[in-house]
Amino acid sequence: MIINKETIAELAKDNKRLDNRSLTDFRQPIKIETDLSWTAEGSARVQIGSTVVMAGVKLSLEKPYNDTPDEGGIMVNAELTPLSSPEYEVGAPGIKAIEVSRVTDRGIREAKALDMKKLCIEPGEKAWFVTVDIVTINDDGNLFDASGLAVLAALKSARFPVVDPETGSIDYKHKTDVALPLTKEPLPVTVYKINGRLLIDPTQEEEKAYDARLTVASDTKGTISALQKGGDAPLTIAEISSMVELALEKARFLRSELNKFLAD
Amino acid sequence: MAYTKRNDGRKVDELRPMEAKAHIIPNADGSASFKIGKTWAIAAVYGPREVYPRFLANPKKGLLRCHYSMMPFSGSGERIKPGKSRRAQEISMVMELALQPVVDLSAYPNAVVDIFVELPQTDAGTRCAAISAACIALADAGIPMKDMVSSVAVGQVDGTVLADLDYSEESYPAEVSDIPVAMLHNTKEISLLQMDGEISKEDLLKALELAKAATEKVYELQVKALKEKYLEQ
Repeated sequence: MIINKETIAELAKDNKRLDNRSLTDFRQPIKIETDLSWTAEGSARVQIGSTVVMAGVKLSLEKPYNDTPDEGGIMVNAELTPLSSPEYEVGAPGIKAIEVSRVTDRGIREAKALDMKKLCIEPGEKAWFVTVDIVTINDDGNLFDASGLAVLAALKSARFPVVDPETGSIDYKHKTDVALPLTKEPLPVTVYKINGRLLIDPTQEEEKAYDARLTVASDTKGTISALQKGGDAPLTIAEISSMVELALEKARFLRSELNKFLAD
Repeated sequence: MAYTKRNDGRKVDELRPMEAKAHIIPNADGSASFKIGKTWAIAAVYGPREVYPRFLANPKKGLLRCHYSMMPFSGSGERIKPGKSRRAQEISMVMELALQPVVDLSAYPNAVVDIFVELPQTDAGTRCAAISAACIALADAGIPMKDMVSSVAVGQVDGTVLADLDYSEESYPAEVSDIPVAMLHNTKEISLLQMDGEISKEDLLKALELAKAATEKVYELQVKALKEKYLEQ
């Protein structure tokens, strides 16, 4: 189906969308599954509408950085695979993959969601480093929110692997029942501005028609831990205020969905 | 001690539990998920579409290209750095050769059919799972095909010839040979054949004979996955 940007923009003006959703509704279904990769220390698959992403956590023991000798670390990486969309190519990550991974990373890192000191085993010598890889399976828009949800779910499901007390080497085939020291649970929500209206959870077609977007990561208390403005149109402070408010509200919604799935 | 009882209790010719599904990626022209034991391959087919870079285009027939990739968290040890490894490139090449004999792209000169395979978790037999998934995805995409390709590994562990080795068998502390095989269903010709390890000629022929029945089971599942998709419509 070829849809032009103007149609999406005109519809938005009348508070309408191509799929008849309200501007502030997520697509259905929202599905969250965890522990689907036995080789990862934690993993999750998130589906929002027909967007599907997976995230996997790997843990390793490394020497802490010189400036934080008593802390472990975290790194988030995103692979926007050519399997998931005709628009992605084989090769080094493009700017979109870099932005998704860095914004997701900041949401977790800046919230101090992981207690880095608890990841340290021996100051200056040995600490746990957490790597989370996001892999897209089907990109139908809103990768920021889907990725953030998948990363949080994967982190929550992660369990430390067994470490041989004598050699200090990791036995990746066996997990303990110890979870990561997660102190906060930040989730990003991205609000898009199209033709003067604010909307969330765009499809891939809508993503081609936006003027500006703002990703807001927030925790259970509503504290904001990452912001990223995108798009070539500027935003007024009043618009930013509405966007943040909407993002905080929708983060509560996503959090309740996540807790629902994790409780099952 | 010969390897007489398999680690997971399977019979010598028994495959691990399998699961296959067609058409799981809406963006792709064809797609499939294929699980065998704890090895899981997801395949997507895009095309026929324009070839980039242009010089690769063949004016006589379309090009078939495979891209095999393990997700960074899919290895049983440390994280795998993303990006093309030498191993992934070789597997991609042998996948192309395994699938080419059944795919007829003469109607699509200058075009390419791309097959992307991602593995979320692995426990040996990844190239075989990738080929089996890719073949379902090709059929799902409606690419003209003469036959199906079904793939599974066979081999020998400490003198016992087996089908579908898992990682604990591949790394068994004795003489082991691991032979990934892909077979065309109608002709029983072999389009993928590699081996790690050592084997006698007699055992090799025994293993290849075993591969016939083993790939037949994969074939039945591939067809079932396609029927489930297209008979429900």
